Amino acid sequence: MGGGNTKEKVRKGPLVWLGDCPIIRHLRDWGIKYSLWPVHFTTACCGCEIAAFSGPKYDAERFGVLPFFSPRTCNLLLIEGTITKKMAKAVKIIYEQMPDPKFVIAMGSCALDGGLFWNSYNIVRPHKIVPVDVFITGCPPRPEAVLRSATMIQDKIGGGRLRLSEYR
Amino acid sequence: MSGEDRYIELLWGPQHPSSGHMRFIVKMDGDVVSEFYPDPGYRHVGIEKIAETKTYIQIIPLIERPAILDAANLNFVYVLALEKLLDIEAPPRAQYLRTMMAEFNRIASHLYGIGIFGIMIGSSTEFMWAFGDREIIIELMQMVGGARLTYSYMVPGGVRNDLPDGFKEKALKGLKYIERRLEDHKRIFLENAVTLSRLVGVGVIKKEEAIKLGIVGPNLRASGVRYDVRKAEPYGAYPELDFEMAVREEGDCYARLMVRIDEIKTSIYLIRQILDKMPSGPILHERFMRYLAKWKAYMERMKKIKFPPIFVSLRPPKGDSFARVECGRGEATCYIVSDGSTNPYRVRLVTPSFRNIIAFKYSMPGHRLADIPSIYGSLDYFPPGADR
Amino acid sequence: MSTDKVLNKVKGICKETRTKDKRIVLIVEKEKMKELAKELRDMGFDHVKSVTGIDYPQKGQMEVIYHISSYQDPELMGIIVEIRTTVDRDRPELPSLVDIWPSAEYLEREEYDLMGIIFKGHPELKRLLLPEDYEGIPPLRKDFKIPTEGIEA
Repeated sequence: MGGGNTKEKVRKGPLVWLGDCPIIRHLRDWGIKYSLWPVHFTTACCGCEIAAFSGPKYDAERFGVLPFFSPRTCNLLLIEGTITKKMAKAVKIIYEQMPDPKFVIAMGSCALDGGLFWNSYNIVRPHKIVPVDVFITGCPPRPEAVLRSATMIQDKIGGGRLRLSEYR
Repeated sequence: MSGEDRYIELLWGPQHPSSGHMRFIVKMDGDVVSEFYPDPGYRHVGIEKIAETKTYIQIIPLIERPAILDAANLNFVYVLALEKLLDIEAPPRAQYLRTMMAEFNRIASHLYGIGIFGIMIGSSTEFMWAFGDREIIIELMQMVGGARLTYSYMVPGGVRNDLPDGFKEKALKGLKYIERRLEDHKRIFLENAVTLSRLVGVGVIKKEEAIKLGIVGPNLRASGVRYDVRKAEPYGAYPELDFEMAVREEGDCYARLMVRIDEIKTSIYLIRQILDKMPSGPILHERFMRYLAKWKAYMERMKKIKFPPIFVSLRPPKGDSFARVECGRGEATCYIVSDGSTNPYRVRLVTPSFRNIIAFKYSMPGHRLADIPSIYGSLDYFPPGADR
Repeated sequence: MSTDKVLNKVKGICKETRTKDKRIVLIVEKEKMKELAKELRDMGFDHVKSVTGIDYPQKGQMEVIYHISSYQDPELMGIIVEIRTTVDRDRPELPSLVDIWPSAEYLEREEYDLMGIIFKGHPELKRLLLPEDYEGIPPLRKDFKIPTEGIEA
């Protein structure tokens, strides 16, 4: 089936059978895949590489990734960099405001396990507050790595072509 | 309506296309701002506390992060303070290389600021053009430093890498391209009717108020104050280079934008002088080079240094030192207290963005809601720099 | 040169003075800080560059350091004046210099937040960088420990 958590939300009955028909399923996955819109939410110094990623050299819009302003109309959350305790409340509220199916990319070493500031008194690991789909390493990661993670999520939605041993 | 009912309180929060990662608490009286409180702290990791648990060399990547666009300048202020403690001075070729990286970084930081300013008032063409031009400078710095944004290029006693072959021709070609592109920016953004009507006369900070509030950088020079750390207390290779300070008198948003454009032109002129006058010689001080005697041929062939083992257990004598440097956004200061062990006792870093917070509180009241992004973009405020 | 001129005017109020290159260090009691600040402002020093607090738990004291300089006077532009004073660690209170130099407002507020030093007379002494509901000892004091690399003792 498609990505995200559509399984819990779809009501039982004839709608489930209709949603499983191959034609409808392929159309739905094609639509989600090529219009992943991230929320306009810069969190830390990796934000510079996101700005470069939307710039002209590493064009993000050719993959369908267009930053949009309201969380109620977006389906991708890019957590860039360090999350502090004050910012963690904002991340949780925004994650709950986004509609299903939604995806989360954790970008940078600070989002993995603290990175350079691992022993600080004020940071939180993002995978403890929201479920993360793709992790990117680097400090800051190159914009090509962020493009690759967007294509990884597109493969995941496309259904079953992503094998774990390839991306070790 | 009268009394307290006529004021609406807005929370301009951390998730907003034009707020960056901080929050404002704005009290509005109709469409006019009556009080404005900035609320930073959304990216406070406590760099000063972490620095007390690391050795002097391990702090260098940590100090670069608050203003990651300007990493070479923040690196410079920490290394200057450390060299004053150790009582050494870098050799002349290293001073010139350090100054060259600092000036390249200044151009990149100003182009970022102008791009973000453009998209805050709605001109996404300016955002795309400024970021495209910035990629040229980043590629040039990548040839010398090795990474896109964080090079950790300067170490106490000198620098880490020498220039690769053929760098001078590529750098001159890149700078000529940037100069030509500034004319295109003029037509699209700087002399556009919409820009002029939104920025001229908005957010005026007069000269006495700018000195009283203690703001720094191009914001200060746009209000008529002739202060630049590169002229007040010259460091690096600046005593041997000559340039003009960019100063304007009006103090509004448009003047702050034009001071940044003038500073890009000054930096291009400085880099050409540096590439002409670069002396030859070693790139690391004698005191550390004598540990690397058997690696001399290797270092000359690969054009970089090998870290001497003394860096791991560097123990400066007891005392304290203070240094200041002109970053792209203003003046940064660093104060180190050492107690004779491998970790410092206290490191205090004041970044230019932190000293500009006070300009929000005193320059916004009296303007309309639509002027808030104009003034915010013109002050070139970078939230991780203020929170550290 | 100019450093001697500055020193001669303020020698009477300070406890101890020393100079090194272009940096003048003035050590003063906390009761006389406002008098010294007014003297320096009339001489031409017009803004504060940084406010630092250092914790010495063995001596039971905390030291507060102000770095002052000038924007307009071309002779004083290159000089940095350091005002140092000590306060008790259990009751760290000292008068605020915001009414003499308004540029110290956010710098003093940060030291209140992270070190717990109270500046009497500050117009808005609240938390700045830490979350509003933070409880516990201020983080930059020496008895607040964070994990370090290597073998824990």
